[in-house]
Amino acid sequence: MTASAASRAPRSLFGGKRTGDFVFSRLTGGFALVVIVTISVMALEMARSSAPTLSAFGASFAVGTVWDPLHHVFGALPFVWGTVVSSLLALVIAVPVSLGVAVYLSELATAWQRDVLGFLVEMLAAVPSVVYGLWGAFALSPWLRTTLEPWLAKYLGFLPLFRGPSQGFGMLAGGIVLSIMILPTISSVSREVLRAVPSSLREGALALGATRSEMVSIAVLPYARSGLIGAVLLGLGRALGETMAITMVIGNRAEISSSLFAPSYTMASVIANEFTEATDRLHLAALAEMGLLLFLVTVCLNIVARLLVARVGRPVEGGRL
Amino acid sequence: MSGRFALRRFVDRAVRGACLLATVLALLPLVSVLAFVVVRGAGGLSLTFLTGLPKPVGEPGGGMAHAIVGSLQIVGLACLIGIPAGVLAGIHLAEYGATRFGRFVRFSADVLSGVPSIAVGLFVYALVVARAQRFSAYAGALALAILMLPTITRSTEELLRLVPESLREAALGLGVPAWRATLRVMLRTALPGVATGVMLAVARAMGESAPLLFTSFNNRAWAESPNEPTASLPVNIYTYATSPYADWHQQAWAAALVLVGLVLCLSVAARLLVRRRPE
Repeated sequence: MTASAASRAPRSLFGGKRTGDFVFSRLTGGFALVVIVTISVMALEMARSSAPTLSAFGASFAVGTVWDPLHHVFGALPFVWGTVVSSLLALVIAVPVSLGVAVYLSELATAWQRDVLGFLVEMLAAVPSVVYGLWGAFALSPWLRTTLEPWLAKYLGFLPLFRGPSQGFGMLAGGIVLSIMILPTISSVSREVLRAVPSSLREGALALGATRSEMVSIAVLPYARSGLIGAVLLGLGRALGETMAITMVIGNRAEISSSLFAPSYTMASVIANEFTEATDRLHLAALAEMGLLLFLVTVCLNIVARLLVARVGRPVEGGRL
Repeated sequence: MSGRFALRRFVDRAVRGACLLATVLALLPLVSVLAFVVVRGAGGLSLTFLTGLPKPVGEPGGGMAHAIVGSLQIVGLACLIGIPAGVLAGIHLAEYGATRFGRFVRFSADVLSGVPSIAVGLFVYALVVARAQRFSAYAGALALAILMLPTITRSTEELLRLVPESLREAALGLGVPAWRATLRVMLRTALPGVATGVMLAVARAMGESAPLLFTSFNNRAWAESPNEPTASLPVNIYTYATSPYADWHQQAWAAALVLVGLVLCLSVAARLLVRRRPE
């Protein structure tokens, strides 16, 4: 629409205008090209810097369980495990809550509640990651150690998930902090999706005598389903790549344990902790390969998520808010 | 019949209650984080903290003036790169973006916005730091600019698209060249919204620490030029919080208070600029 309007511009009597338009479109186009170049160079550069381990270890990199930089043994499985489990735990906590928030704010709340509460939920996304880490390490984790974890062990201790000593720092703390950080992402994308649902569907349901909540479950959610799945995947992508906050609370020990109380380690955390201290070429490459893996997984997740969200009808903002 | 209606009404209320509860639950961490940051941070905030440099390791006292200035410097440099690039790319998408190229740029921006910030740090390390053989504020700024770029591009595009086409037509009808109509009419009309998008991106970049770890690194003194390792608030919070010293923990909280203050002021100001985004 806009593009054709620009090209339909009448030609000036004095000439010169078309040159200006040409230069302007090429100039801005050059900057648009920067976006494509950035992401492409990023993919190439990361593949290049992880090449040494790719050739030295191949697939055993992803399945090895021992990480011993001193002896050149690099198995990434404990980190993959820590990343995947902490992110899934974050989803388990954050998805119901953020869908509740999105439904409340877009379908049930009055206008001023929507403004005020919506603003506050967005503020959750404005708090820097490292501040969540600080809070997690000095406020959340002591509370987990003395209160929540003993309580869980007492009442749900028959599950292997809740066994072992309460340590505060561990998978549970990591999952909780991640869930707080992805909640605004999931809820704001979900709100966008719900806003794209045609209001005729809502009116139809209400006219048939549905209550508000029946309207949501009969008319709104089924229409928005693929977009909501997309919102959840965007949240997952954010959880997988989150670094500082989880590094400060997960305990940073490369172990695979069935207990949520036990410390763990994520891919992003090991990069953050070891990259500046790694001197050995293979060690650096192993960390770079971890970064490459993270990069590829989040890029794929994002592509799928955006396609799902776009199916509901309106493009979603590019931001991570 | 009426019993069934009562049940439906009960379910309706229960669902509404559950959704409200979820919203309140979601806001609990915000309240808790802000309360901790304010209470613990205020204790460590002092004139020495704001204007002094760190004391030698193990000696209590000292401040973080270099990190506050360093953060502003890195973010400032990032703005110089990220804002013009993002806004111009956004203009291109809004005005000439209906092509295959435009769709590909949009797609790339969306993908770029989902890349974990630590991966951006690794990328800039390989691209700049490894080649120049030194950590620098420039490298940190480049990493932050890459993080800002997709957000600014997409929000600029969205806001330009909201400007009524009739404004452009009026300008063109007066004989204004199309590119000037874009800049002087369309962009000017969308400016408050564009500024909001920019400020939100800047606020987010200011709080980023993962991409700075391998790019601007850290420094316990003033950096003599942007071409040297430079301290920043987020990285200092991380370093101090993970240290074994109680005095450093106290300083980490104070630094968090300063950082959260800066970031929240920017975010709130950005939203007040356009009280309601036009739908």
